[in-house]
Amino acid sequence: MNSFYSARRDFLQLLGGTASAAWLTANWPALVSAAEHAHQAAKSGTPALEIFTADQAREVEALAACIIPSDETAGAREAGVVYFIDRALKTFFSEALPVYQKGLEAVQKTTAELFPGIARFSAATEEQKLKIFSHIVQESERPESGARRLAPGASPDFFQTLRIHTIFGFLVDPEGGGNRDFVGWKAIGRDPSHSFSAPFGFYDKDYPGWQPVSGETEKK
Amino acid sequence: MSRPMVTYKPSDEVDFVIVGSGAAGGVLAKELSTNGFRVVVLEQGEYLREKDFTHDETKIFVQSLLTNKVNTHPITFRKSASETARKQQSVLYGSCVGGSSVHFTANFWRFHEIDFKEHSKVGDIPGANFADWPISYADLEPYYTKVEWEVGVSGLAGSSPFDPPRSKPYPMPPLPVKGNGVIFERGCRKLGYHAYPAPMAILSQPRAGRAACMNCGFCLGFGCEVGAKSTSLSSVIPMAEKTGRCEIRPNCYVSRIETDKNGRAVGAVYFDAQRNSHLQKAKAVILAANGAETPRLLLLSASNQFPAGLANSSGYVGKNFMPNSSALAYGTFDEQLNDYKGPAVSRIMHDFYELDPKLGLYGGGGLDARFDFTPISFALNGLPPDTPKWGTGFKQALAHNFTRTMQIFCHGTSLPVESNCFSLDPDVKDAWGLPALRMTFRDHPNDLKMMEWMRARAMEILDAAGAKTKWSFPVEEQQFAVHLLGTCRMGDDPKKSVINSDHRTHDVKNLFLCDGSSLVTSGRGQPTMTIQALAYRAADRITALAKRGEISA
Repeated sequence: MNSFYSARRDFLQLLGGTASAAWLTANWPALVSAAEHAHQAAKSGTPALEIFTADQAREVEALAACIIPSDETAGAREAGVVYFIDRALKTFFSEALPVYQKGLEAVQKTTAELFPGIARFSAATEEQKLKIFSHIVQESERPESGARRLAPGASPDFFQTLRIHTIFGFLVDPEGGGNRDFVGWKAIGRDPSHSFSAPFGFYDKDYPGWQPVSGETEKK
Repeated sequence: MSRPMVTYKPSDEVDFVIVGSGAAGGVLAKELSTNGFRVVVLEQGEYLREKDFTHDETKIFVQSLLTNKVNTHPITFRKSASETARKQQSVLYGSCVGGSSVHFTANFWRFHEIDFKEHSKVGDIPGANFADWPISYADLEPYYTKVEWEVGVSGLAGSSPFDPPRSKPYPMPPLPVKGNGVIFERGCRKLGYHAYPAPMAILSQPRAGRAACMNCGFCLGFGCEVGAKSTSLSSVIPMAEKTGRCEIRPNCYVSRIETDKNGRAVGAVYFDAQRNSHLQKAKAVILAANGAETPRLLLLSASNQFPAGLANSSGYVGKNFMPNSSALAYGTFDEQLNDYKGPAVSRIMHDFYELDPKLGLYGGGGLDARFDFTPISFALNGLPPDTPKWGTGFKQALAHNFTRTMQIFCHGTSLPVESNCFSLDPDVKDAWGLPALRMTFRDHPNDLKMMEWMRARAMEILDAAGAKTKWSFPVEEQQFAVHLLGTCRMGDDPKKSVINSDHRTHDVKNLFLCDGSSLVTSGRGQPTMTIQALAYRAADRITALAKRGEISA
């Protein structure tokens, strides 16, 4: 199984953690609609939120920024990940809405427990956020078991769900409603151009052309 | 864009109705219509064109724009006959005009001579239902060459000392080398192996009105926006339509092959997009629906006359399923490869095609150097297992590794095991009320052992090439397949095969099968080239039979 198929399988299994695969597949076409909405929203100057309240959006944005932070390069925030997720929950992934609702409540609770007096996660300092987020990951109902070994039918998990949605929103072709202005691709070193010519990188730059293995001495 | 130049009514008795427009169906449609026959091709999926293709991973990964949709066509899986199968997408295949050739990686290896006669050489293998082909490599060679020149394959003849004989060079030079290829060559050379330019069904030069590859990097899983990938859609189907005798009819889901009281096929019954049922009448029927759906359709076509399913007197329909075995090794390097550019694969090696019997392993394989990730699949699956899953560490690893990672993919034999099969699920139904496809599969222990051996070699090559980091995962039993092989195997003995070497079913004179199901052995992976060569040969055989009046009643 190559990477494309395994990623696809893992994606389905991950989503299977929060929605039955049957439900999900029955709603696949809606994803496109979600993506298109998100794309429109991402293109307009003031993207509209359809599911999250402004407060919830701030929380989700701050949480997604823990997964892919902004530093010298753009992170989940600049890529518009929260808008990608909002539209996903509005359409193809509405069944995951309770996961977000429960997850946000748990985040609020953890924030209050760890840092009494901090009203909400997004209001915490960066250092506090890291502590809270680490706690959330540890408390994750299904601990990380390796990207290629995800059990189907695993229990709903806020961190897993948020992580996969954040990755999609950060790295999808902007046509898919995230990765605003290709900031995600730029952050991982992917040239946003649509076509390329050789040489592509360091190793093929001075390639002399294919040569047969010379002589039998090199043969094992 | 081209429109069907001819349309037939279902009540028109055409010469051939072909079920499936993929690698085999496309070739058959082109050849038979060129030979003067009237042909209708029924395709389950949509008729998408280059303009409909996209790099949007949500459409490809999640919406299955180009592939089978399990919301309407559920699939079930179990490891053995004693289990009750559960819903699981265990099979992925193309569902659009052009079939799986639209989204494939485009590795186009020929099988070698040994693949056709290995049983004679090594004898029986416990637990395997191993047989020779009724045809040889030499029988197929002219058709391999035809695929290379007509469908369009880039490569360098004579660059592998293990290649089987060929009658002509490739029509085009290889695609540009990538970082993965240069590094793979370096590692192979150090270990005395022979890496060479990968033969790929992607145009390295403009040809026959099609553009050369623009190296966009979205090959595997995606449709080619410029038609450089040599799919049935970009190559043979336009030729078929141009004859004015072939209609490609999309959105047609074939539910059964109808037979008359004499046991002859009279046509294919299908649901159109509005779910109305029609019978497309034809003098002969050819199934090219892939190695899962062809046997399913034969089983769905059971009748009083054929209670075990059509063309199934041998009981072999759906049996001996082989998906090929595989393993992957990953490496990172100091400098940027930028392997996200260009087609996935640039170099391969066949030093392990026939393993030394002293190893105690049957079969063999081929290795390729590749990077087949998209940005999202890389973030999900491309990083070393000990990488942080979030935060600065995750982001830094993504940013550093995305341009510095390559893979070595090991492809190998699957042994035919009779209990590995496609059958009809007794409980689960599809959206039309038909029994769902059920896959029963467990790898033959040899295949797992062989792949473990191969995986260790891949890691050695990465080491020899100077990988900074490398990792891999133990080979596991497979529960997901894209190569759908061997399920209506070809053979001379009607008791042990479904079709003869003309691709005619032993039981029904005017019913032919040609796709992955026809294969007797699995080669070493990369079956599409062989499926297309078989389709060209089948078209010649079927044409000869028709012209001699041996198909008609």
